[in-house]
Amino acid sequence: MSSSAFPRPIATTRSATGISTGKLAVWWLIASEIVIFGGVLGSYIMHRIGHPEWASQAEHTNTWLGAFNTIVLLSSSLSAVLAHNAAEMKDGKKAAKFLWFTILGAATFLVVKSFEWTHEINAGLTITSHTFWSFYYTAAGIHGLHVLVGGIIMAVIAVDAAKGKDLQRVEAVGLYWHFVDIVWIFLFPLLYISK
Amino acid sequence: MSSTATDTAHGDGHGHDAHAPSGWDDPHGHGGHGAHDAHGHAEPHWLIKYFWSTDHKIIGMQYLFTGMFMALIGGFAVYVFRMQLAFPGMSVPFYGRVTATDYNALVTTHGSVMIFWVAMPVLIAALGNYLIPLMIGCDDMVFPRLNRLSYQLFLISAIVLIYSFFVDGGAFGGAWTAYPPLSAKAEYNLTPTGAPLWLFAVALEFAAFLLGGINFVTTVMNSRAKGMKMFDVPIVVWMIIIASILFMASVGPLIAGAVMLMFDQTIGTGFFDPNKGGDPVLWQHLFWFFGHPEVYVVLLPAMGIVAEVITTFSRKKLFAYKSVLYTAVGTGGLSFFVWAHHQFIAGIDPRMANIFSVTTLLISIPVAEMVFVYIATLFGGSIRLTTPMLWALAFIAEFLLGGVTGIFLGASGADIYFHDTYFVIAHFHYTFFPIAFIASFAALTYWFPKMFGRYMNDTWGKVHFWISIISFNCIFIPLFLLGARGDHRRIYDYTHFPDLMKSGMQDLRILATLSLVVLLVTQVIFLVNFFYSMVKGKKAEQNPWKANTLEWQCPSPPPHGNFPDGLPTVHRGPYEFSHPDRQEDYWPQNAS
Repeated sequence: MSSSAFPRPIATTRSATGISTGKLAVWWLIASEIVIFGGVLGSYIMHRIGHPEWASQAEHTNTWLGAFNTIVLLSSSLSAVLAHNAAEMKDGKKAAKFLWFTILGAATFLVVKSFEWTHEINAGLTITSHTFWSFYYTAAGIHGLHVLVGGIIMAVIAVDAAKGKDLQRVEAVGLYWHFVDIVWIFLFPLLYISK
Repeated sequence: MSSTATDTAHGDGHGHDAHAPSGWDDPHGHGGHGAHDAHGHAEPHWLIKYFWSTDHKIIGMQYLFTGMFMALIGGFAVYVFRMQLAFPGMSVPFYGRVTATDYNALVTTHGSVMIFWVAMPVLIAALGNYLIPLMIGCDDMVFPRLNRLSYQLFLISAIVLIYSFFVDGGAFGGAWTAYPPLSAKAEYNLTPTGAPLWLFAVALEFAAFLLGGINFVTTVMNSRAKGMKMFDVPIVVWMIIIASILFMASVGPLIAGAVMLMFDQTIGTGFFDPNKGGDPVLWQHLFWFFGHPEVYVVLLPAMGIVAEVITTFSRKKLFAYKSVLYTAVGTGGLSFFVWAHHQFIAGIDPRMANIFSVTTLLISIPVAEMVFVYIATLFGGSIRLTTPMLWALAFIAEFLLGGVTGIFLGASGADIYFHDTYFVIAHFHYTFFPIAFIASFAALTYWFPKMFGRYMNDTWGKVHFWISIISFNCIFIPLFLLGARGDHRRIYDYTHFPDLMKSGMQDLRILATLSLVVLLVTQVIFLVNFFYSMVKGKKAEQNPWKANTLEWQCPSPPPHGNFPDGLPTVHRGPYEFSHPDRQEDYWPQNAS
């Protein structure tokens, strides 16, 4: 954890609120992320209201693949909860196992996404072909980046958790993962269903 | 320079360590002694200590010195373009002839550097890092390594910005607000590399401050000293926290907007291009949804600094602590509903303009209330006119002028006339100069003895104060007059506009420019005083101003770990001055 030159300060061990610092920080991170996605999606919604004709572009998105990815992400959130539950029971190995399930979900999501994008780009629907597609790739791209980063962080935590180390982190990353999941719950209807 | 400063810091720190019998108090028995021993014996290499440190005080200093360096760049930029306005076409000393492209780049650089790389790092990051752990009585931030990462990102952002001055086409010249289509298309702004680099630097800087903000808020929530309740937290800490939350809640849309604008610039999307179904006004909304709360992000810490200074130097309890606090929260909340007053002439619905006029005028109420509270605090106090106190009083007076002139601009009818004139510039600077410089000088002169264990020279401090304040007013009062006469702000050479060269208008421009030169040269006094005092100033004791807050209850400068005699326990609020039951006129928060 800490190098000998800079030992861990006492500040990191205090908890005046009774909530662990890591969890508090994740909540604040989520708060600041909500407004980032709020900015993209708010702009997109205003444009859609102003341009009903974008529906003709939106109809090229693949609703079924989007729906499949929704199910994948939701199930991966379930395994994140199960991992948290196992971590509460101090069962690091089990927590790690469930985290790997979640990571599998993240990977599946990204694979499906890249399949979709390849298909769409080959059909000439690129980020510059229309402002609908600019929003589509930007919003889903920023979200996909969050999925990727979440997967990497979960892998790091899963390796530690399997050794019984820093089990409190399982809950923190779970919170983050639910947030990534909820963003998709907004993206799916906005980009795939509203046609 | 920072190494000299912290060298002193370190010497003293060791002295106190030697006397301290034990480590810090440690409720969880979490390696407190080990930590202390490690500090005493294993001294990290100086490079590691000053550039790879996780100590909040060193990170605060890094932010401070980077901010001061960037202020020199911002100051130089304004010197060059003001010389061009006063003496069009002249070869500016130390620069040469200013082309129109140079002029745009200099204006943009001045604005973005002063706000993002001076006001933010000095007021929030430097003071927040330095003061928060000391004032809430703990030994560091809760995420020391995140803190280090935050500074490193900030440093990279500053380097990227400076690098953008030297790329092909020069630095970005689309103003600090970066309105598209000018900012979005290289064929308009003529800075194909400078524009994306500028945007990247700004976005990176936001990431740095987001990390810092999360760290600040979590630290104050969780790591306060034993016994320190919500209303025992010093106002300046509260203000930095409220500002950090405001920043976190407002910057998101601009980060999203920055990604979109970057795509418009580099890969040719059309988010802000009406030809492709986009909307340039959208950027203005995304920018000002951040930009207006940003005003309060920097104002609130400045207000907090003033609260600390005026209570200490009037030896009086802060009048209505809770009112100040609730007012600050209210100001922050309201600041999310005023942004569209920047778009009164951008074609927004006039009914919407009315609503935003009302909210804009409303926000002057809480701000005025804070000013009244500070005046009430001064009333009947035993006022000591030290240098920091002069700066704090000047802040109240000058900011008041900035606030009052804001009423003209907030009223949508008047704004149609004043929009984009020097009236706006003067109003803005009457708010931002007090925030970014007057309050920073108050803070630096007030906390200098704590930071470096020495006093600054008070006489030179006062000389610097008076010349700065007088020249500041001599810059911007002429600009108010010019703005009221229709002087447009985006003009490179007024000789091409006969209507703006009438009866003495150029004289006012020259007066403003010469005052600016005086103001800039005066800062040499401060810099010399600052760096000389750091090494040769009179030694300061632990609590030179006889103040109550916790940072004054540890050695000056504080050693690594801050409180060598154990972390303090708090028994009372921060402003118990001149208590009737006490012999001394102050009562430290941790004194039993």
